[in-house]
Amino acid sequence: MSVATASVPTSRAMPTGASLRRNRRWALWASYFFLILFAIFFLAPPYYMVVTALKTDGEMAKLATNPWFIYDGVTLDQFRILLYNTDFLIFFKNTIIVTVCVVAITMVVSVLAAFALGRMRFWGSSILATGIFLTYLVPDTLLFIPMFQIVKSIGLLNSYWGMVLVYPTLTVPFCTWIMIGYFQSIPKELDEAALIDGAGHMQMLLKIFIPVALPGIIAAMIFAFTVSWAAFVYPMAFLYSSDQQVLTVGTVTSLIRGDVYKWGMLMAGALLAAAPPLVIYAFLMDYYIAGLTAGATKG
Amino acid sequence: MADTVQTWGSTVPEKAVAKPNKMQKFLRQRSTIAFLMCLPLILIIVCLVIYPAFYSIYLSMLNKAQTRFIGLGNFTFLMSRDTFWQVVAQSTIFALSAVFFKALIGLVTAHLVNNLPAKGQRKWRGMLLVPWVIPLALSTLGWWWMFDPTNSAFNYTLRSLGFDGIPWLSDPYWARFSVILVNVWYGAPFFLIMYLAALKSVPEQLYEAASIDGASAWQKFIHITLPMMRNIIAITVLFSLIVTFANFDIVQIMTAGGPRNMTHMFATYAFLLGIRSGDLPLGAATSLFMFPILAVAAIFILRGVRKRGREIG
Amino acid sequence: MADVSLRNVVKKYDDVLAVASINLEIPNHEFVVLVGPSGCGKSTTLRMIAGLEEITDGEIEIGGSVVNDLPPKDRDIAMVFQNYALYPHMTVAENMSFGLKLRKFPKAEIKARVDNAARILDITELLERRPKQLSGGQRQRVAMGRAIVRNPKVFLFDEPLSNLDAKLRVQMRTEIKRVHQKVQTTTVYVTHDQVEAMTLADRVVVMNAGKIEQIGTPNDLYHHPATRFVAGFIGSPAMNFVPATVESNGEALRVRLSDTLSFNIPESRAARYKPHVGKQVTFGLRPEHITETRGHHNGTGQEFNAVLDVVEPMGMETMVYFRINGTELCGRVEPTAAGAANEQMALRANLDHMHLIDPATGLVL
Repeated sequence: MSVATASVPTSRAMPTGASLRRNRRWALWASYFFLILFAIFFLAPPYYMVVTALKTDGEMAKLATNPWFIYDGVTLDQFRILLYNTDFLIFFKNTIIVTVCVVAITMVVSVLAAFALGRMRFWGSSILATGIFLTYLVPDTLLFIPMFQIVKSIGLLNSYWGMVLVYPTLTVPFCTWIMIGYFQSIPKELDEAALIDGAGHMQMLLKIFIPVALPGIIAAMIFAFTVSWAAFVYPMAFLYSSDQQVLTVGTVTSLIRGDVYKWGMLMAGALLAAAPPLVIYAFLMDYYIAGLTAGATKG
Repeated sequence: MADTVQTWGSTVPEKAVAKPNKMQKFLRQRSTIAFLMCLPLILIIVCLVIYPAFYSIYLSMLNKAQTRFIGLGNFTFLMSRDTFWQVVAQSTIFALSAVFFKALIGLVTAHLVNNLPAKGQRKWRGMLLVPWVIPLALSTLGWWWMFDPTNSAFNYTLRSLGFDGIPWLSDPYWARFSVILVNVWYGAPFFLIMYLAALKSVPEQLYEAASIDGASAWQKFIHITLPMMRNIIAITVLFSLIVTFANFDIVQIMTAGGPRNMTHMFATYAFLLGIRSGDLPLGAATSLFMFPILAVAAIFILRGVRKRGREIG
Repeated sequence: MADVSLRNVVKKYDDVLAVASINLEIPNHEFVVLVGPSGCGKSTTLRMIAGLEEITDGEIEIGGSVVNDLPPKDRDIAMVFQNYALYPHMTVAENMSFGLKLRKFPKAEIKARVDNAARILDITELLERRPKQLSGGQRQRVAMGRAIVRNPKVFLFDEPLSNLDAKLRVQMRTEIKRVHQKVQTTTVYVTHDQVEAMTLADRVVVMNAGKIEQIGTPNDLYHHPATRFVAGFIGSPAMNFVPATVESNGEALRVRLSDTLSFNIPESRAARYKPHVGKQVTFGLRPEHITETRGHHNGTGQEFNAVLDVVEPMGMETMVYFRINGTELCGRVEPTAAGAANEQMALRANLDHMHLIDPATGLVL
């Protein structure tokens, strides 16, 4: 906290314009200095993962050189081994199938519910809205053991379709919650105009609400995507054979054979597995952040 | 033009004459349609959240083979075990210390970013949020590699600076430190984003008015920034407490609870007992111990969010 | 196009009465303005005609058929909203044609109607823009265009000008009147601005506290208000009201405003006010009927002196404020004749335009 204050220009010292400007510039440089320190802390692990993935096994085994840098030349061997000699592509395919299905289910369910809850009051609607928020606060680690039993009883244990069934419990509540906020911010006159223009409930949703709340829809989709891409507890507990495994669990378990750690390949796998969320983040950062902050400020 | 209007206008009275029957009227009603639209969501919540929650309570009262009702036997068994109390202690230490440092780092970095010229803020914010974007299981794998005792990037750096290497994951106390460090690294950017959004929502005129009243930077922080952000800080902290307390990925991947069960959290311990050892009822009982703590935090969050909604709405 | 009639229409929200039994007949082509202070039930009435609010009791008829149970889209009405309610993701042309598309009009017909409406409103060059790229006045035109293309039985306007700045408001007012003269559609227009009501309406409906106070042409309301509320609401600055008593002075009548000031009631009114001799009444006179003493005034002007409190020059005239028996009054005088504040000035009251109001019932006598 002392950092924060030191870097804000103090209004106590204001004898001349020049010193005020000097104070400001000093504060700016201090801000940059500390930010760079934090950036090193935040970015060192991903940086080290990239460095490792691009190194030869030989350089890693030698233990002679500084591990933070590459001395023996950059290689894509680790990626080649990963893609040709492991089940990584199967994990990738499974994850894509699961994520696409979960995002689709989530959006249909939560947009419909948010439209109803945000616009058409009905008996119990406010209780339901509160219930949705509380459901969002239920962590996956609280219910994964009864879920195991439920998934097993309907025969979806060790099947990625079981993930399609259970992931919506993690995505739907939050997506519905933020969509309620977005829909409520649409002025009421807009639905009345549409009503007079002759739109029914479904036309109003499809032709007015969804297009107008598109930024919110994108934010919710990104959230559903990242949650279902990164989910770990459920696949860890419910999936055990490689042909059904998803990326997160597959990378940290199946790629490790016994106690042989092929770190280069592991890092290559982790990077590729993390790439889709990172790419989406890079291109849709504003929507990503809007979705992130919406939970605490909307509704 | 007039023709089309006439013909289409003349259909209106006919419709008015035809009285809809009761069923049609019921289906046409707004509240009925609204309820039908909510039905998929209600089904998901009831079948996949509420039912499992109650089923979990039932399950936790069975014996290992799930053949016999044993009442609170699993709970009393757990409470008689030292490991269980270690889990309680470690979960609490983990959650409290990780959330504290996440909140602190988040607050500091949010202020730092907020000090920058508007143009550069986006770039910095984008860079600092990267840990949050990488799926936690995968970045934890990266950390694990950095903690590796022989090839460790950290130990190499320490040794080249003249220090001894640290047994990051094999010494129980260093292992505790390590899992907390990873959690702080992962979660602090989330706080940064929340606080930055909150800082932006404080009206600039308040600071200008305070400047004219002669407030120093520190006084502005204490009397304007903190009160205006109090609610969002509370919401974020409580929310993070829940998520951190229930964390699974970091410990499961880096230490799987070891060494000597010193890093086990509720989630990993439940996983060990319920899935790995096949005693689902005991695992369910372990998970259920989290419930009261999570419920209290959830109630406070709900209050905070409602208040926040009133403040800005 | 069609007649609209409201018969004993009532609106209750839970137990709160928003509109109490309204009766209103609007013949074809008429431009009717509902005016009143906020919360008087005028918007609720409009929204009941539109079908956006359910009717608690009574009957609404559009074009000869009862529409009580019809949803808005089947009532064949078009509405212009205060905040325009343009669809932000559609171009101007798409906004205007949305209602026609939903009603499955042929493409050519839609285009013809949109082009025609755009020509009437002079927005042809804006058709491909989005609402965000338009100024307030342009948005208002588009909102009207959206109503015109539908060629509905009734236009409904809900305070359409209150989001515009003063200058634009006057301009758009003229525009709305011009459009109505061209398309001749029956129009119900809601506003809280009495100037808007007076300038636009064929007939004005003054509402207060969920009831209709008076229905009449603008001139009717101005010259022959039925209640104290209408007398005070129509006209700006508002009519002066002073507590007074009616005295008989032989055959003639006098109205006494204070111990020192009383006016002779014109003979033409004597018969009407005779029954009220000796009673407490409220005396009403518009500022424009309190003028300077010089000049061209004829009729039964009666002079009196007053000490001016405040003097407000407006350019073409000057407002002077003074007190009679503690009540503030306003007069409207020639700028050259106006005195200064705290000075005495001779004023003339034109009693031909006076009103007397029963303070108990609020009715004009």
